Formats: sequence, structure tokens, C-alpha cells
Amino acid sequence: MTGHAEAVTRARAIAGSVPDPELPMLTLADLGVLRDVVAVGEHLQVSLTPTYLGCPALREMGQDVCRRLAAAGFDDVEVRTVLSPPWTTDWITGEGRRKLADAGIAPPHPAPRRAAGPVPLTLTLERPQVACPNCGSSRTAQVSAFGATACRALYRCSTCAEPFEYVKEI
Amino acid sequence: MGFDNAYEAITEEVDDHRWAFGTGFVEPLSGIDAALPTGVAGDDVAAYCLMLGDDALIMSHRLQQWLTNAPELEEETALANIALDLLGQARLLFTRAGAADGSGRDEDAYAFLRSEAEFRNVRLVEPVDIDFAGLVVRLLVFSTWRLALLQRLRGTHDPILSAVAGRGVNEVTYHRDYAAQWVVRLGDGTDFSRQRIIAALAVVAPFVDELFVASDIERRLVDVDVAVQPSALRPEVEAVLIEVLGSAGLVWPHGCAANTVAADAPAAAGHDGRHLAELRDAVAELQSVARACPGAVW
Repeated sequence: MTGHAEAVTRARAIAGSVPDPELPMLTLADLGVLRDVVAVGEHLQVSLTPTYLGCPALREMGQDVCRRLAAAGFDDVEVRTVLSPPWTTDWITGEGRRKLADAGIAPPHPAPRRAAGPVPLTLTLERPQVACPNCGSSRTAQVSAFGATACRALYRCSTCAEPFEYVKEI
Repeated sequence: MGFDNAYEAITEEVDDHRWAFGTGFVEPLSGIDAALPTGVAGDDVAAYCLMLGDDALIMSHRLQQWLTNAPELEEETALANIALDLLGQARLLFTRAGAADGSGRDEDAYAFLRSEAEFRNVRLVEPVDIDFAGLVVRLLVFSTWRLALLQRLRGTHDPILSAVAGRGVNEVTYHRDYAAQWVVRLGDGTDFSRQRIIAALAVVAPFVDELFVASDIERRLVDVDVAVQPSALRPEVEAVLIEVLGSAGLVWPHGCAANTVAADAPAAAGHDGRHLAELRDAVAELQSVARACPGAVW
């Protein structure tokens, strides 16, 4: 490995280890929003993807990445936004899912693979069963499809009576 | 982390674990290639971005006005999330507009420094909701229409519109489901809640035809595969509305599509800058801080 490639690998590890501002138990690499790190000479380009279009955490992520890279000696860093293809919860790594569950947040089911044509309403569709991250019971019910942040839904467990959050698949 | 009180937490210097949101957002399309598809007029693309962006911004503003007024905390959270998603779409669309028309205006210039006559949203997003039933009915119609539109917009020749649509489809799917579930719950609930839904349908109905009428700009952009043909959305939108209302034992006030296309075909009112009086108040409130304290950051 050349010195150049080693530097990019090191920069990728640093950028990937930045915690997510909304779900600080996850790193950007766990969340799947770090899309690429490339070097053009001394110039480093870090590509991030927003989870939701309105997610204000993207700016924080970019600033944190720059700060940490600067502390490691990377002075010329540009953060780029990549919109396409859009982020999906399927990109949360296995490690990320384990960390979510450890923190009492149910990890997402696989995102729906929709065929072409109109998106079906969920009125008549069964919701996927979400297991309680505290006691493992499958007797849980959705309280609200929208939680404290765009990516989370609110659930309650009927067995242990604990409320919990679920990262909804998208 | 680990603050004794909330004030300490929000006044602490920025570290890399917490929120520190204010103004001074970075340009949301930084690093994205802003080139226009060949043979497409930049002014038309910008105008189309403003139509889609203004729809999102004004609907988002109306949703935000429900915060602290919603019937339950969970509903307030849901409305705030939906408003934030739409605001995110508006930010990208405004930024795209500023690049496409060559003016270099940023998102704030479009949101805060235009008069209401310069807004290009459909009139559906303008009225003040009389009650929660009014909101969920309007949100159902809006999100059903926007979902059908964004789905088709994924195939546009403009790469940024396509990317915004690709992300937006997944988000608006949740919005539509939320509204649909409330319309069914209230429409099939008590006599009172049912009457409120029926009254809300009557309020929204006059603004529906406009959604399917193309302005001159949209016609030009449809010809170069940048914009979606509005009339093509009608069958899908109506099918969804019929399904949702049918689940609650309700019907659309005008009957349905086929017989609403009258001899006097409706004009593209909002997209051509003709608005309801309510928009003036919404825009005045939306812009009050920016107008009172130009350039303020915090």
C-alpha cells in the first residue's frame, strides 16, 4: 500500500467513526451515510448522504467529519452531498443493528421492495411485527409512526409494558 | 453529554455529540453537479422547482401552525416530522432554482424575500384548517397527489429533480398513510367526527381540479421530459382517494373524475401566481423574522 492509499484508508476510518448526532450509539459508517472518501492530491473529498431530505443532522455530520479529520492532520477537506441513490435503512450495518438493539431501539426490518406502479396504501396491509428490544416479546403495538426524529416510530410492549422506539424501514 | 439542565446543554459550546442548529445552514446541494440537461431552458426549470418547492414550503408552514395545537403529543410529533420532510424538499428545490435561473439566489432568498404574488404553489396548500379533520383531509389529498407526482418525477431528465423525487417518494408514502388512517378513523368514527370529515371534503374539493392542469411552463417542460404531465396523475390520485374514503363509507363530494371535467376547464391558478387571500397571511408570518432582522443568524 502506498502512503497515499494509506492516508485515504486512515481518513475513511476517521470519518466513518464520527457518531451520528441523532443516534450517537451509531457511527456514520454504521448508519451507512458515509458514501465515499477520495483524495485528489492533498485534497480530500468526503461524500455523505442525507437520511431524510429534511434531516438537519447532515450539517452536523459534515462539520464533525471536518473537525475530526483536521485533528488528525487532514487540513484540506471538502464534504459533498450525494442524493442518489437515496439512503435506505437497509444500509445500516449488522454492527449498527446490534448497537441499536443494545440501546433499546428496535432495528429496522428490510425496506419494502416495491414493484413499478402505484404505491399501495397500508390501510389493508399487515404491519411487520416488531420485537420488543427489552424483553423480546412480539406482543407490541405501534403508538405513532413518527417519533422524536424522522427515522423513528414509537412502540409499546404489551408484555413488559415498556415503551420503545423503532427505526422504521425506508 | 451529561448536563444538569437543558439551558446548560443548549448554551454549551459545540462538541461533536449534540445538536447545535440555528441558521447558517450549508448550501444543501454542495458538491452536486448543477448542470442542466441539454436543450432545456434554465428559467423554466427554476420556475418548476419553485412550484414544487412552494407547494412543500406552504404546506409545511400550515402543518407547523398546528404545533402546540394538535389533539395529542403523538399527533404533534407526526405533524412536525411531516412538516420537516416537506421543508427538506423545499430547501433542495429552492437551491436548484437559484442554480438553474443563473441568479445564484439561495434558499432563504426564495423563502423569505419574495412577495406572495411571486409564490407558485397550488391553492390547495393555502387555506387555514378549521379543525383537525380539515387538516387530515387536506393532507390526504396533498400527499396522494404529491406521491403520484414524485413517483413519475424520478424519471425526469433533470438529475437533481430526479434525486429529490427518489428520496421524497419514500417520505411522502408515510405522510399519505398517516393522513389516510386518520381520515378513515374519523370518517368511520362518531356521527360528529364523520360530519367534520364530510365538511372538510367540501372545503378541499374546489382546489382539486387545479392539481391536474398544466401551466405553460409545465407544458414546455413536459415536452423535454423534465416535468410530469399533471393530467396523467388524475386516475391514480382518484383511485387512492376513492379507496380511502370507501374504507370509511364515504364518497368524494363531486362524485368522481370523469364527470368533473366540465366545459369550462379549470385554469392553473396557483402555478400562475393567482392565490387565495389566506396566502398573504401565511407568507407574512413565515417571513416576519427575516424581514424584521435581515441577515440575522443565531
